[in-house]
Amino acid sequence: MARMKFLLDAERCIECNACVTACKNEHEVPWGINRRRVVTLNDGKPGERSISMACMHCTDAPCMAVCPVDCFYKTADGVVLHSKDLCIGCGYCFYACPFGAPQYPQAGNFGSRGKMDKCTFCNGGPEADNTPAEYAKYGRNRIAEGKLPLCAEMCATKALLGGDGDVIAGIYRERTATRGYGSGAWGWSTAYGQPPRS
Amino acid sequence: MLTRKSSHLSGTRLTKAFAGVTGGAVDRRTFLRRSGLAAGGLAAASTLSLGTVKKADAQARPATGEVKLVKNTCTHCSVGCTVTAEVVNGVWVGQEPTFESPINLGAHCAKGAALREVTHGDRRLKYPMKLQGGRWVRLSWDQAINEVGDKMLQIRQSSGQDSVYWLGSAKFTNEGAYWFRKFAAFWGTNNVDHQARICHSTTVAGVAQTWGYGAMTNSYNDIQNSRSLFLIGGNPAEAHPVSLIHMLRGKENNNAPFIVCDPRFTRTAAHSTEHVRMRPGTDIALIWGILWHTLENGWEDKQFIAQRVYGFDDVRKEVAKYTPAEVERITGVPGAQLRRVAQTLANNRPFTIIWCMGGTQHTVGSANVRAYCILGLAHGTIGTSGGGANIYRGHCNVQGATDMGLEPITLPAYYGLVEAAWRHWSRVWDVPYDYMQARFKSKALMEAPGIPESRWHDAVLEKKENVEQSDNLKAMVFWGHGANTQTRGPDAMKAMDKIDMLVVIDPHPIQVAAMSNRQDGIYLLPACSALEQDGSRTASNRSLQWGYKIVEPIFESKTDLDIMYMFAKKFGFADEMFKNVKVDNGKVLAEDVLRELNKGSLTIGYSGQSPERLKLHMANQKDFDPKSLKATSGPCAGDTYGMPWPCWGKAEHKHPGTHVLYDTSKPVKEGGLNFRALMGAEYQGANLLAEGSYPVGAEIKDGHVQFSYGLLKKLGWDKDLTDEERATIERIGGANADGVIWSYDLSAGIIRVAIAHGCAPFGNGKARANVWNFPDPVPTHREPLYAPNRELVAKYPTYPDRKGGRLPIKFKSIQDIDFSKDYPIVLTSGRLVEYEGGGDETRSNKWLAELQQEMFIEVNPADAAAKGIKNWDFVWVYSPNSKDAVYGQDPAKPVRLRVRAMLTERVGKGVAWMPFHFAGHWLGEDRRHRYPAGADPIVLGEAANTALTYGYDPVTQMQETKTSLCRIEKV
Repeated sequence: MARMKFLLDAERCIECNACVTACKNEHEVPWGINRRRVVTLNDGKPGERSISMACMHCTDAPCMAVCPVDCFYKTADGVVLHSKDLCIGCGYCFYACPFGAPQYPQAGNFGSRGKMDKCTFCNGGPEADNTPAEYAKYGRNRIAEGKLPLCAEMCATKALLGGDGDVIAGIYRERTATRGYGSGAWGWSTAYGQPPRS
Repeated sequence: MLTRKSSHLSGTRLTKAFAGVTGGAVDRRTFLRRSGLAAGGLAAASTLSLGTVKKADAQARPATGEVKLVKNTCTHCSVGCTVTAEVVNGVWVGQEPTFESPINLGAHCAKGAALREVTHGDRRLKYPMKLQGGRWVRLSWDQAINEVGDKMLQIRQSSGQDSVYWLGSAKFTNEGAYWFRKFAAFWGTNNVDHQARICHSTTVAGVAQTWGYGAMTNSYNDIQNSRSLFLIGGNPAEAHPVSLIHMLRGKENNNAPFIVCDPRFTRTAAHSTEHVRMRPGTDIALIWGILWHTLENGWEDKQFIAQRVYGFDDVRKEVAKYTPAEVERITGVPGAQLRRVAQTLANNRPFTIIWCMGGTQHTVGSANVRAYCILGLAHGTIGTSGGGANIYRGHCNVQGATDMGLEPITLPAYYGLVEAAWRHWSRVWDVPYDYMQARFKSKALMEAPGIPESRWHDAVLEKKENVEQSDNLKAMVFWGHGANTQTRGPDAMKAMDKIDMLVVIDPHPIQVAAMSNRQDGIYLLPACSALEQDGSRTASNRSLQWGYKIVEPIFESKTDLDIMYMFAKKFGFADEMFKNVKVDNGKVLAEDVLRELNKGSLTIGYSGQSPERLKLHMANQKDFDPKSLKATSGPCAGDTYGMPWPCWGKAEHKHPGTHVLYDTSKPVKEGGLNFRALMGAEYQGANLLAEGSYPVGAEIKDGHVQFSYGLLKKLGWDKDLTDEERATIERIGGANADGVIWSYDLSAGIIRVAIAHGCAPFGNGKARANVWNFPDPVPTHREPLYAPNRELVAKYPTYPDRKGGRLPIKFKSIQDIDFSKDYPIVLTSGRLVEYEGGGDETRSNKWLAELQQEMFIEVNPADAAAKGIKNWDFVWVYSPNSKDAVYGQDPAKPVRLRVRAMLTERVGKGVAWMPFHFAGHWLGEDRRHRYPAGADPIVLGEAANTALTYGYDPVTQMQETKTSLCRIEKV
C-alpha cells in the first residue's frame, strides 16, 4: 500500500498560490477557510523562500492524539481524515497541529467555532466515496477517482509534490542530484558561490 | 458547511500561530489579511456573500450527467496554459490538470487554477445597460445596438469617422482581433488599438526594426536549453508563473547562472543567482555598462557580428562612453558587479535575454529593447536554441492581436497602411479598393496612422486644431480593455466627463462605470470571455492554440464576433464584411474567420495554421516534446507545437512552424531562418545583406533581398510555379507582375518556390545595431521626464517636444520642471500574481480576491521611518499630477492616493512600488456605489495610474509607467 505524502521543494516554490486556488476551486472552499496556504520567509530579502503548507497527514498525528471525541481516522494510504458529524469544534487539534492546518468556519461567543475543516489530501471523508453528502462536507474525493491532490497536480513549478511517498522522494532526490551540491544544500550557493560546470 | 459564506473566523488565533513562521509583520501576504479580518476584507467578505451563495447553489456539481472534457487556453498571461474543463449538462463543474500540454505540463498559477470562477461567479455584466440620470437602466441588445449605433452614425455625420475610437483587446481570439481591425476599416478609421500599445509596442517596433519580426525569438520551453539566463525588467514569478517551470529547469539542469536586473528584489530575483539592483529607467546605461566590459575584453562574437550585424562599430563608439564609474553614477550599480555579469554571460553561452514591461514602458522603451537585442547580437546568441530574445508578452493573446494588426499603424499582419496594403486586404476581403477608400473621410486619413490608445484622452481634451483629423474624439469604445491601466488618471477622467458617449463592451463594467462623474451617456454591453467562445490564440512563443467553447456565453453575454455582426448590420456593411464567413442565426463561425486571415497574413506566416491543423495539434498534445516542442510521432509528426509563426505558405504546404527565429542551423522548410532583409540591399554604401551566412540547404549561399516574381524569373526559378500560381501573380500584378513580392502573392507560390530552394522569402539581411530611422539610431541613455537627479538631466536630457499619432507629444517641456524637491521618491509599478491587467475580472473572482484584499505601496523601511510610517498604515501617495495634469487640476484637490504602506526591503531606498490592478477608489473615495448592482468587483482600491504621470515613447507612444516620482505622507 502506498504511503501518501506531500513534499515541498522550496527551491522551486515561487509563491504563485496556484495550490491555494486549485484547492478552493476543487472543493468550493468558502472565503476565509484556507486548507492550504503559502508562507514566505524573509519576504523581500535575499534568501526569500516560500513554502506551501497544508495538513501533512502525519504518521503519528497529534490531532488524532488530542481529539476528545476521536473524530479522526487514518486511511490505508496514510491520509488523516476526520468526521464532521463527530467533530465538536473544540479546537484542540489546532493547538496540537505543528502546521496550523485545522480551520474553523466561525468565531462566535463562548469559543464556538463550528466543525473543523482541513486538507483531506483530496480524499473526502467517512461518507461513501463521491456522494453528494461527502462532497458537501469534505469536497471532492480525487483519490477515489484514481487521481492525486489537485494542488500538487497544478503546481506551477512542480515545487509541491503529492502522492506515494517513495515516488515523490525519488523525484526530489533526482532533482537535488541534478542541481548539484550548490543549490541542493541550504545556504551553499550564498556561502561558496556557483559550483563549477561539470 | 462548505457552501456557506462566512465573514468571521478565528483569525486572531491563526495570526498568532503563524507569527513566528512568517517572520513578523512585514510580508505582504500575512494571514491576517487573507483571513478576511482586515477592515477592507471584512467589507469585501460581507458583500461577497450577497452574490455568490445563489450562484454556488446553481452551479453545484450535478450528481448525474455525462462529464465532458473541453480544452481551452487560460485567459490570463501569454504562457498559453491549456485548461481542461469538466462540463456536465452545460455547467463547468471542475478543472483537471492538462499534463499532455507541452507548454504547461498540467501546471497553473493562482489565476489559471481559479479560472472556473469566470463562468461560475456572478459578478459579471448580465445584460446591456445604460446610465440614465445617474442610474443604471436595463436594455435589450437590440435597443442598445440601436441607441449606440444611432449616436455613432450621428457623430460620423457631424465630426467624421475618426471621432469614434475603437479600443479593442488582447483578450480577443485571433479571429476576434482580426475581425475587429477589419471592422474598424469598414467603419472608416485607423483609430483602433489594444493593450499592446501600453505593453510591448516598443518591443514590437524596436525588435522588428532590428532583425525583422517583433516577437519572442525562441520559446518558454527552449529556455531549458539555456546556459545562462539574463532577465531585465520582468518578474515572471508573478506575471508568468508557469514559465518558471522551464526557467528553473534550465537553471537546475544546466547549472545555469540566473541574473535578474530589476529595481526591486522581486519574487523572481529570489530564485536568481545574481540580483542587479538598478535605478528605474537606466536600462541602456546598464546594458552599455555590461557591454563595456565585454568589448574591453574582446569577449564578443566577432564572426557573427561581421556576417550578420550592421552598424556595430557605431555601438562600440557609444558604449565607450559608459565607463564603470559613469555607469555607477547613472544606474547605481557598481562596476565590479557588471564586470562579473559580463564575464558570466561570456562564459555561459548561449544565454537567453528575457524582458517584459520593466523594459518597455518607458519614454525610451523602443531604445531599451534595442540595447537588449544588441547585447545578444554581440555574443551571437540570437538565432540559437538556448539563446535568443525571449520577450514575455503580457495578455493571453496580445501577440496574436498585435499580429492581427489591431493597431492604429497597420492592417493585419504588419502590412502597414500604404495603398498597396489596402489593395492587398481588399483582395482578401473580396471588396473593391474603391469601396474601402469611400469608407474613409479621405485617402490621406486612410493612410495616416491613427491615435494611439495611450493618448485617447488627449484626443478628447486637446484643442481641436492640435488634433490632426477632422475633429476631437466624440465617442470612446472600451471593448475588452481596462481604463485604470492607462496613466494620467485625472486627465482620463476629465476626458470621460467631456466626451459625448462612452461604450464598454466587456464581461465586467470596468473602471469607466465607477470613475466618471457622468449622469448619462455610458453604455455597458456584456461580452463573454474567451472561455465561452471558439477560436485560436497565440502564446508568447508564437504558437497558435485552438480553444473550444467551454460553456455557452453566460447570462446575456455574446461573443465579440457576434457583437461585431450586430454593429455591422446596424451600420449597413454586414453583407460586404461578412461575405466570406458563415453566420448562422447571428452566430459567426470562427473557423471561417481564421481561414480568411490565413489567406491574407503571408508576411508573418499566419497562413499555414488552418483550423484543421490547429485542432489536430490540440487533440494530439501528448505527442509533442516539452523541450523541443516537436512531435516525434502521431499525426502531427515533424510539426512544432502550435506551428509558431512563420508557418510559411498554405496549410497544404505542411510547413512545421518556426520554433527558433533566425536559426540558420536548420533548413527554412524545417523551421530554419535568417535575419530579414527589411531595408533592402544597402544603406549609404554599406551592405545590409548577410555575408556568407545562410540557412542550411539554401541555394543562395549569401545575403539576398526579398523574393518577388521578378527575382524568381532572374534566378530561373519561376518555372517551378504552377500555372495557377502564375495566373494569380499576374492577376495581382497586372502590368507590373514582376514587382509582385512574396507577401502580396495570394497563391503563396513565390513563398513555396523560395523555400523549396532553401531560401527565406523575406530575404537574408543583417540585423541592424544602428536603426537610422529611429530618434536615437544607437540607443543612448536619457533621463526620465520626472527625474530625481537634476545633474544627470543636464548631461542626459530627453528629446525635444515633437508630434506623433495625430497629437503633440511633450518631452523637454516636462523634464525642464524640477519635481524632485516636492516629490523625492521614485515611483514604479508592476504586477501581482493573483491579479491581471486592470484586474476587473480577477478582482471579481472570489478565490483570487481573498488573497489580495487591499491596495498597497511598497516603501523601503528607511524612507518610512523618516516619515513615521509603520507597516500597513494608511498613507497618502501624492502625485506630480497635482501640479501637472496637462489640462489643469483643482489646487484644492491634490492628486493623492490613499493606500496601505507595506514596509519592505524589496524596494531600495528612495524607491516605491505599487501594483496597478486596482480600481474603484478615487483620491481616497470609495466609489463602489457607482457600479451596477451585483457587477462590482469584490476588491476595490486606488488605481496606481491615477498617480502615474505623463511620458510617451517617441516611436510608439508607449506610456511611461515605470519611472515617475511621488511623495508619501502618513494619513
